[in-house]
Amino acid sequence: MSFHASLRNNAQTIFQHAEEFFDVSFGGSGNPLRHLGAMGLYFLWIVVGSGLYLYTVLDTSINGVYSSISDLSREPWYLGGILRSLHRYAADAFILVMALHLVREWAYGRYFGFRFYSWVTGVPILWLSYVSGISGYWIVWDQLAQFSATASTELLDWLPIFSEPAARNFLSPDSLNDRFFTMLMFIHLGIPLMLILGLWAHVHRISRVDYLPSRQVMLGTLGTLLLLALIKPALSDAPANLALSPTQVRLDWFMLFIHPMTDITSPAMVWMMLFAATALLFILPFLPHPNAEPIAEVDAANCNGCSRCLADCPYAAITMGPHPGRPGYRIAIVAADLCAGCGICAGSCPSSTPFRKQERLLTGIDMPQQTVNDLRQQLEEQLAQLEGRTRIVVFGCNRAANARLLAAPDTAVISLLCTGALPPAFVEYALRGGADGVMLASCRSGGCDYRLGERWTAERLSGQREPHLRSKVPLARLHHVFASVNDNKLLAEALHEFRKKIEIQGLTDDPLQPYYRRNSHHV
Amino acid sequence: MSKPAAIVGQIILYGAFAVFIGYFATFPRYRQIPDDAALIKLSMSHLGDRECRKRTAEELEKMPRNMRAPLECPRERSDIKLEVDLDGEKLFSTVMHPTGLSKDGVSTIYKRFELKAGSYRLTVRMNDNLIKPGFNYIKEEQVTLKPGRVLVIDFNPDKGGLFFRQ
Ligand code: HEM
Ligand code: SF4
Ligand code: SF4
Repeated sequence: MSFHASLRNNAQTIFQHAEEFFDVSFGGSGNPLRHLGAMGLYFLWIVVGSGLYLYTVLDTSINGVYSSISDLSREPWYLGGILRSLHRYAADAFILVMALHLVREWAYGRYFGFRFYSWVTGVPILWLSYVSGISGYWIVWDQLAQFSATASTELLDWLPIFSEPAARNFLSPDSLNDRFFTMLMFIHLGIPLMLILGLWAHVHRISRVDYLPSRQVMLGTLGTLLLLALIKPALSDAPANLALSPTQVRLDWFMLFIHPMTDITSPAMVWMMLFAATALLFILPFLPHPNAEPIAEVDAANCNGCSRCLADCPYAAITMGPHPGRPGYRIAIVAADLCAGCGICAGSCPSSTPFRKQERLLTGIDMPQQTVNDLRQQLEEQLAQLEGRTRIVVFGCNRAANARLLAAPDTAVISLLCTGALPPAFVEYALRGGADGVMLASCRSGGCDYRLGERWTAERLSGQREPHLRSKVPLARLHHVFASVNDNKLLAEALHEFRKKIEIQGLTDDPLQPYYRRNSHHV
Repeated sequence: MSKPAAIVGQIILYGAFAVFIGYFATFPRYRQIPDDAALIKLSMSHLGDRECRKRTAEELEKMPRNMRAPLECPRERSDIKLEVDLDGEKLFSTVMHPTGLSKDGVSTIYKRFELKAGSYRLTVRMNDNLIKPGFNYIKEEQVTLKPGRVLVIDFNPDKGGLFFRQ
């Protein structure tokens, strides 16, 4: 394994454990670590909202700018002071969450293939965020602002951009004028606008974007930031005075760490590191990585144009076009560069039901690496071999807990590309084909590698989403477990519990008629 | 996990988040220069001189009327030589080059020096026309650098050339 791959694997393990630790308190759908992108957007809205208020009270004249901000923290402190603190802390949190989101996507290997676009559009966001953040600190025009403005322009001057050193603007009190603050506001409002556009592009190619965290987490986070704002309000340092060199500043390490870094090394070194890091992020998707999964294929004869696959595809890889064979009908079309190969579409297609009589089960949209026909065949073969008092079929996911470990004479295991790739009718098919129970093992909630698989599976099984599991299927014979790669033990226990439950309940109240497609092969 | 325990867990995690954000938003304090240090900022932006030749009467006669400038000047500007001494010892010396593709722009410099506060004899010499030897601008002064203060060395021909500003 290459150094990069092992580094990535270690980082992934750390993330998994941290996420599972957070699951204990937050549950999967609330877990902030599983929704870092949404957390980032949420912080951004707080920053934008509080920023708009701050803008209304700002005086951009050189003499007024300092007091118009520092006074916020005094008069009406409960409005201005809190909004100011909120603006600052939410911006810090935004940076923190963005960094975590980047490292997490990298750790899970989500930067190549169909995710190339999301990754590459993420990189400029880093730069835009920092430019916005740093320029924000300058507006305060206190000693920290002076320090950052001087240090930043000294750093910028290393690049051959300006004909005169930009740092000359901060030489002495009379080298500054009002224009500077007008320009600063232009940057501090304009760059975030570009940032928002950049984020729009960032999520443009996926469907059902996770725009906001759960309500509970939004409230909890806002409450936390408000509390922080009350306990430790954001304050200004002494006013800037360009005749002085601030000896000690209250540095915001999230935004301004770059200044100490320059002092320790040199401007040349810092630029080299920044450019190298940016280049590395751009190059990363081109480094050797696992081959892409084969993509979904549409079969015109079996597609009736219902567009359920379009509704369920997590990567907006499906569009509908005119059907080539049936005038007036539509057909699903898969965009090869967007398709993740997750199979969720195959699980959503009404033609995927195994009860169809065809010798070879063909459906509207299918995965070449694991067709619904393969699934049915595998299921039939394994059902035929099951023995014991309580026979259970487990449908697992290649990317969640390893269901294959559960295989036993009384337990058949089929591991899927994603549990979302399982047409719900297969549950009924297994039960009517001789299984006493069916267990589905998805990723933990919010942990699906393909974003939506575990969610769609749960909604289909509970009848909230097409295709439904038929209501005749007794729910007592079905168990949906959420277990990550670290949860093999939990999965084994869940199976044990499930089997015990079925045995205690007895098998008498079963309304399902046995169904054998090819009687001759079984019984 | 039961509900109350989950809530306690959430409170702890939110608290840790607040402490993390709140702490690194201002701590640890950063000290760019020690308390007893002062700064000298040497910065100027100046157009170097150039060697012009007086045109002779015959030459002027041959030129179109509207272009008869008495001096013929090259576009190119001279490099600028700059030396800074502190108590008679060299602190810094450089040769600044004109900006612009045809070397017709200003020469600039920005340099920050960190010194212990105290009294020093500060000498700055500048030559903005290197065809001539020596230095055509010299400024020497006993200066007192106070802790945390900035002394600027700048140049402005309208203010008599080199000057210090504290
Ligand atoms: C603070 C700035 C950012 C915000 C607010 C943000 C937000 C988001 C959101 C909302 C999603 C969709 C998540 C989902 O619905 O499943 C997402 C996905 C993604 N982001 Fe970001 N992002 C930011 C920065 C970045 C950066 C800097 C990178 C890396 C260079 C990055 C890489 C990705 C990738 C690869 C995905 C796709 C995940 C997937 O397909 O499973 N993002 N981002
Ligand atoms: S395999 Fe997944 S990503 Fe590809 S079209 Fe089907 S649902 Fe969309
Ligand atoms: S779900 Fe199946 S039938 Fe419906 S549009 Fe997609 S491929 Fe066609």
